[in-house]
Amino acid sequence: MFTYYLELALRSLRRNKVLTALMVVAIALGIGACMTTLTVLHVLSGDPIPSKSARLFYPQLDPQDMDGYREGEEPPEQLTWVDGMNLLKAKRARRQALMTGGAVPVQPAQADVEPFFSDSRYTTADFFAMFDAPFLYGQGWNEADDDSKARVAVITRKLNEKLFGGKDSRGQVVRLKDTPFRVVGVLDDWRPNPHFYDLNVGNYTESEEVFVPLSTSRDLTLPRNGSTDCWGRGGGNDGDHMENATCVWMQFWVELASAADAPAYKAFLENYSREQKTLGRFQRPVNVRLRNVMEWLDQEKVVPSDVRLQSWLAIGFLVVCLVNTVGLMLAKFLRRAGELGVRRALGASKREIFKQLLIEAGVVGLAGGVCGLVLAFLGLWLVRQQPADYASLARLDLAMLGATFALAVGSSVAAGLLPALRACQVAPALQLKSQ
Amino acid sequence: MLQIKPILAALKRHKAGTLLIAMQIALTLAIVCNALFIIQQRVDRISRPTGMDENNVLAIQNRWVSVDGKDTAPLIKADVQALRQTSGVQDAFATNSFPLRGGGWSTGVNLAPKNEGKSAAQTTLYFVDEHALATYGAQLIAGRNFTADEVITADPKDIKSTPQVIITKALADKLYPKGDALGKQLYLGGKDIPPSTIIGIVARLQVPWNGTWSDNFNDNAMLLPVQLTSNYTIYLIRAKPGQLADVVKSAPATLLKTSRMRVISGERAVRTYDQVRGDAYKNDRGMAILMGVICVILLAITAAGIVGLTSFWVGQRRKQIGVRRALGATKRDILSYFLTENLMIGVAGVVIGVGLAIGMNLWMVSQFEMARLSVLYVVVGVVALLLLGQAAVLAPAMRAAKVPPVEATRSV
Repeated sequence: MFTYYLELALRSLRRNKVLTALMVVAIALGIGACMTTLTVLHVLSGDPIPSKSARLFYPQLDPQDMDGYREGEEPPEQLTWVDGMNLLKAKRARRQALMTGGAVPVQPAQADVEPFFSDSRYTTADFFAMFDAPFLYGQGWNEADDDSKARVAVITRKLNEKLFGGKDSRGQVVRLKDTPFRVVGVLDDWRPNPHFYDLNVGNYTESEEVFVPLSTSRDLTLPRNGSTDCWGRGGGNDGDHMENATCVWMQFWVELASAADAPAYKAFLENYSREQKTLGRFQRPVNVRLRNVMEWLDQEKVVPSDVRLQSWLAIGFLVVCLVNTVGLMLAKFLRRAGELGVRRALGASKREIFKQLLIEAGVVGLAGGVCGLVLAFLGLWLVRQQPADYASLARLDLAMLGATFALAVGSSVAAGLLPALRACQVAPALQLKSQ
Repeated sequence: MLQIKPILAALKRHKAGTLLIAMQIALTLAIVCNALFIIQQRVDRISRPTGMDENNVLAIQNRWVSVDGKDTAPLIKADVQALRQTSGVQDAFATNSFPLRGGGWSTGVNLAPKNEGKSAAQTTLYFVDEHALATYGAQLIAGRNFTADEVITADPKDIKSTPQVIITKALADKLYPKGDALGKQLYLGGKDIPPSTIIGIVARLQVPWNGTWSDNFNDNAMLLPVQLTSNYTIYLIRAKPGQLADVVKSAPATLLKTSRMRVISGERAVRTYDQVRGDAYKNDRGMAILMGVICVILLAITAAGIVGLTSFWVGQRRKQIGVRRALGATKRDILSYFLTENLMIGVAGVVIGVGLAIGMNLWMVSQFEMARLSVLYVVVGVVALLLLGQAAVLAPAMRAAKVPPVEATRSV
């Protein structure tokens, strides 16, 4: 019966090609637009480190003075040097890393390569293990290097190719801001999206090319990028006194053994705040936050609002396209009331008529879905041509491919259901009489 | 219009179809109104003037290598000298930022020393020399330019204020609404920071940012006569008319000839103002284009839907049309029947659509940084959709009008 209905459907669709094309195109456009924008949204709101995101936490404290204090406000988004160091040294978590970003001049040994600037991250030793950064060669530095302000660096695969032709460059020297650094490790391709551990340098920016110990960067006052918020007497602009400044400019991350340890760590932060208040360093009431990766990304509203707006728009667009198709399909089915009446009179049950019509609707939906998928690929290709820094990420993954398929089938069935239900209510006697 | 009753009776027999078309018109109206409004907002944003002679200006971003930020003063001086002597260059100067660059300094300004709390106005700071106005092509509407001996050399972290400043008219009006800002003083900080005297007012100069956060001080800029020593220097160069393309090539070469202790690389290193503007507004332009495309497609689909559905109805009613024609109805009557029918569905659709459009806008105001929809867009949308409906129905209606009276006598 199925093949017979399929044949009937194809015949009926062929009878009015323009109309069929219109229905297919409408569904395809709706699905294409929807899938393009939803894929972008999906990519941008993805989990940058799925295996650990529930165990990685971003502590926040409120070290500001009482000027402009309002109850219930969020604490600053970053930490001061003093607090960062105190929390780091306290070692209350399984792993912890204190960091900030910058850009360093890289001076290649080869005479024919001009010096250039690379984005850099100044961090403490746990960074690599904590964020599961994959190493191609070697490994990160250790705590002793942090303490001794060692001139060591981890570079990315890309920079390694540029400087050392992709060879195992462990032990080689790279000159950063006129200082020789020993390469201890080369990272394999690694680009957590969003760039969650420091959103100040761009939400979807590529990962840095050079990593050096935080202590070393301060020792050499390597150039810093990112945001600095000061209060009170402040501390000026990126000078040599950032360690004592009343400014927040450090990011601090901790890895706990499990998400269940978060309350204990939060209690530690509260105790720390109270202690600092008794010491007179903090003035405001205790105000701490401890968010895991996804909560932090939510809080920072990382996904661009334009992208969310576009997704809603595309959903609206799909609804209009579906309504359009439902209307056309309904008219088409009712037009055939006579034919359906004959079938009913000859013994076909309502159920059979319903099946037949649903198959016809399904064919339209499937064709629309397939074209929609093609349009989605085209749309994503167009997005990738855009200059936004997240553009290159806009690709259809397996999950979204499945979602597209489900959406296509779902919307076509939805579009066919109402017309088919309505048309199989045809009273055979009435139809036959009016012939 | 006399046909309203029979039309209503006919529509009652096609409840589902009528409802679907009305719904489609309503949704299309709601989306198109809001999309048009978004387009208008973005276009407004994109077309804000910077106050500069954009056709001839070029920006070069330069980072110093192998030299400490503190020691760059003589290098910058040499660079600026060399640039001004390059052929095709009208003028040039070194600065910390420029309109639409994306990053820069902002600070609060007050009429009295004040450390904390809300300031009288927010402004951006451009550190420039006496060649800045000529390079921007900015129009000085009151007072005078800086003189060469007023320009000091200083480290960014030591600068708190300068004795003289030039401000934009927008900032002057904000601080001194009576229009008597020239010669008056302003404060960039607390008691320990000396005041600055406003020596000149320029017609307009935009801030470096284009996000919504800087919208309320978009034209508040202050020029300070300071040559900054820093490991990051920006050169703004104005080419003589028609020579921009040559200067784009010759200026970086001139700089590299002056000193090689620098990096001028990356896609944002050398940009004409066209590119600066394009980079700054790429998201807004993309959004406006996308909205436009969606509007056009939506309207096209809705029109096609109306054509399709009406064609069906015409086909279904051929016999009835024939009967009416045989009973004396003119072609005109038939045509107007279908036009009126569509108008009635359209009106029902737009009534619901206006509600939807306003609801959608209110929701967007609460979710996104959006303004309230102006009535104009709703009116334009309503008129557009009703006209679109009439245009779409015209072809099937004319086909209906052509049905001959003899159709009444044919069975099936």
